[in-house]
Amino acid sequence: MSALEYNGSAIVAMMGHECVAIASDKRLGRQAQTLSCDFQKIFQMSDRLFLGLPGLGTDVETVSNRLRFRLNLYKLRENREMKPRTFLNMVSSFLYSHRFGPYFVEPIVAGLEPTTSEPFIASMDLIGCPMITSDFVVGGTASEQLYGMCETLWRPDLEPDDLFEIIAQSLLNAQDRDALSGWGGVVYIVEKDKVTIRHLKARMD
Amino acid sequence: KEVPSTPLKKSAMTERYSFSLTTFSPTGKLVQIEYALAAVGAGSPSVGIKASNGVVIAGEKKQRSALYDADSIKKVEMIANHAGMISSGLAPDFRLLVRKARKLAQEYHLIYQEPIPTVRLVQKVANVMQEYTQSGGVRPFGVSVLIAGWDDGKPHLFQCDPSGSYFAWKATALGKNYINGKTFLEKRYSDELELEDAVHTAILTLKESFEGQMNENSIEIGVCNAEGFRRLSTAEVKDYLASI
Repeated sequence: MSALEYNGSAIVAMMGHECVAIASDKRLGRQAQTLSCDFQKIFQMSDRLFLGLPGLGTDVETVSNRLRFRLNLYKLRENREMKPRTFLNMVSSFLYSHRFGPYFVEPIVAGLEPTTSEPFIASMDLIGCPMITSDFVVGGTASEQLYGMCETLWRPDLEPDDLFEIIAQSLLNAQDRDALSGWGGVVYIVEKDKVTIRHLKARMD
Repeated sequence: KEVPSTPLKKSAMTERYSFSLTTFSPTGKLVQIEYALAAVGAGSPSVGIKASNGVVIAGEKKQRSALYDADSIKKVEMIANHAGMISSGLAPDFRLLVRKARKLAQEYHLIYQEPIPTVRLVQKVANVMQEYTQSGGVRPFGVSVLIAGWDDGKPHLFQCDPSGSYFAWKATALGKNYINGKTFLEKRYSDELELEDAVHTAILTLKESFEGQMNENSIEIGVCNAEGFRRLSTAEVKDYLASI
């Protein structure tokens, strides 16, 4: 059994009009057995920078902590906020530095540029290969299902409220078709002046 | 059968210098650093001037003999596309710092895929210089360096000293006669200075302390602006000299 499929997850990020959204399920399981419906997989790294971590639960926690460590030192030393693209590159080099003993996570980065507030989303594989897109990125055991949902529902320039509906439906319907994802959902809508967190009422099975 | 072997005798002294050679004097000074600054003060002059649209660094490249191949030694060195460095003092120490600075800039780029902010580069170089004042078996660097850089649409000029302190400057001079150089710059400097004028002023500042004939082979000029850092060719230097 693959380490990337042991705990189960569904994470998606979408680009909107002057905003981004990132959403995840809340399940933590031990293969078939569900352990928690409250497991955090999206981490706020900075004011308008979010990191979604699908994959092995222990690595989700460790990687988020280690990256936060690096980002905080960057902020203190450079006296500035880290741009999403720079963060992506940092995560990429971090993962590649463990090329032959990798962290079993396939991160998703979503955020707004500090100065221009331009939206940014990207994902990468467990050894740091980055992929920047202008529509959506998906990850986790329900990634195939998420691809189907996003491809169908997403359209460009969605306003924050519409983007919420689209990303929530993409997540819910994808995770319902995956045994290892689900048990709740959380959506972050990231705009220039605010971040809105909404928890979804989902099928708890 | 065991054959007793005589191990090579190594004295503690030759094996490692675990003590710092830079130690405090009763007055609270680090005399090694004072002496290093003296070495800087005896070195060939360098100047740096920050303009509104760029930075210029320049230095005297004294040829002690006509037999010297002028081109083989460079005083102005590029550290990264957007930053350059010059020094006054012991040239071999400068070479080492240039190597280290270049590597530090590239390491940063490897992680962040971004050019290193000038101030970060300066901090790292200054940190290296400080290490050599507090490590075993080494002496402080016998150079002060001027680092010119351009990032995020702004010019930067910094100085790093043998002690590891660094300062941001609008304009400054190092090496022989640096006090006169700085006085000269204080009178000439204005915030509205443009790069062309700054180069001009830099040449005039060097001229103040110049012994002998100043020509395109006896000075080196580097400029840093939005297009990046570059060393001026001897032809370009000649043109500037002609216009003073």
